[in-house]
Amino acid sequence: MDIVSLFFQQLINGLSKGGIYALIALGYTMVYGIIKLINFAHGDILMVGAYIAYFVFAAWGFTPGSIFVAVLFAVAGSVLLGISIEATCYRPMRSAPRINALITAIGVSIFLENFPRLIPAIGPNYRDLTVPKLFETIHIGEVSIDPLKLLTLVVSLVLMTLLILIVDYSKAGKAMRAVSFDMGASALMGISVNRTVSFTFALGSALAGIGGVLYMLNFPLLDTYMGIMPGLKAFVAAVLGGIGSIPGAILGGLILGIAEALTAGFISSKLMDIVVFGILILILLLKPSGLLGVHRKEKV
Amino acid sequence: MLEVTNLHVYYGAIHALHGVNFQVNAGEIVSLIGANGAGKTTILHTLSALIKPKEGKISFLGSPITASSPEKIVKAGLVQVPEGRRVFANLTVRDNLILGAYTRKDTAGVAHDLDSVFGRFPRLRERSRQVAGTLSGGEQQMLAIGRALMTRPKLLLLDEPSMGLAPLLVREIFNIITEINREGTTVLLVEQNAHMALGISNRAYVLETGRFVLQGKAGELAKSDEVRKAYLGG
Repeated sequence: MDIVSLFFQQLINGLSKGGIYALIALGYTMVYGIIKLINFAHGDILMVGAYIAYFVFAAWGFTPGSIFVAVLFAVAGSVLLGISIEATCYRPMRSAPRINALITAIGVSIFLENFPRLIPAIGPNYRDLTVPKLFETIHIGEVSIDPLKLLTLVVSLVLMTLLILIVDYSKAGKAMRAVSFDMGASALMGISVNRTVSFTFALGSALAGIGGVLYMLNFPLLDTYMGIMPGLKAFVAAVLGGIGSIPGAILGGLILGIAEALTAGFISSKLMDIVVFGILILILLLKPSGLLGVHRKEKV
Repeated sequence: MLEVTNLHVYYGAIHALHGVNFQVNAGEIVSLIGANGAGKTTILHTLSALIKPKEGKISFLGSPITASSPEKIVKAGLVQVPEGRRVFANLTVRDNLILGAYTRKDTAGVAHDLDSVFGRFPRLRERSRQVAGTLSGGEQQMLAIGRALMTRPKLLLLDEPSMGLAPLLVREIFNIITEINREGTTVLLVEQNAHMALGISNRAYVLETGRFVLQGKAGELAKSDEVRKAYLGG
């Protein structure tokens, strides 16, 4: 395979994986934007979404109908979980020092990764699933494109567009931006802060749930720790783009996915993680506010 | 309309309000004046349920609101224009106003009120698509007032509306407050600029370190020696 073909091959792989990172990164960045919390349990929502989809596929096989049901259940389950975590664990911490909420998030994450191992239906062992070839591979010259990867990218892009429309134009989205700018002033305008924060968690969790289904279809090996790595990388993506910035999270996710794929294609797949976390170190050294992050001036 | 009895508020160990009593009658403009740190903003924050009082009763339109939430209080018609304006600087002027109507479901009424706010503040109409952070101080104050009007307040609380504005703009803002009052909205005004505040108020209370030391008709207070010495520059 010549270099140009390899480049395009890996570009497509990278965009597809980057799309999933971006979906998860959006959850990190929105939650940070509104309550200034790095929700370390966010990656584990992806795991829950993936498991829900797994059970649907295991029961009903792969049909267009079962994929629809899997996505529906994964979204419903993730949203319910995300909202409950916020209401029971983070809400009582809202006026506490930020470090308390951060420790709580790490606790929630450890719980979500380990408690399911006790549930007989999930258990401590790996589960894998043979995803049937849903579509024929497309060949363009030497580049071969797996339509699943293309579908992943398209689904991610559609969801991101939808999210931006919701945040920019819906009343709830406007309230979200208002609360993230000034929680007290929002309350004085009658905006329900609790409901708006719940809504933010619902949006982020829905994206992570769908991200989980996509991730599972692309990498069909499940265990309760499977959310850690994509979660961490999506967090890096959010920081790279500028934590709190929605376009930043999308950009960061796509860059990270492409960087991983190009590293795997041209150097070695063993170096992927080094590149990702190297990027984190670089951005923190060179532009800590991220690529599209704005440093908000503190008002006195 | 508003009845506050024996209000005690603490910040941790600090006793900020020592049993404050006052009332606002429908149709009035009432001012709370006093120096920095006297507790004026604390009173307004307590009225809007941003702070819970340790003791005391607040009743609005005959029902107690002491244990209520900020949203319910806004819905009931007690609305605050906060100190420092606190417009949503990251949103457009129009979206700021739309969010003022967050608790309302009557789309037609909201559209009508949006139009009347734009009519009152033509500058805001010109800048409706602009991000609020780019407005001047005076325009931001107009936006903050407009945003509060979008809630359809019965009692409007204004916290230091003159802060940081040039004298000409201060006069304009105070004219607007009088106008809003004349159209039927009761006003509770908190000001350090005692001269301006007393000029438009029916009654006033003078607050010193968490206690009212004087109260009465605004015109009489403006003439009293104590107020002149302490707040009107002799």
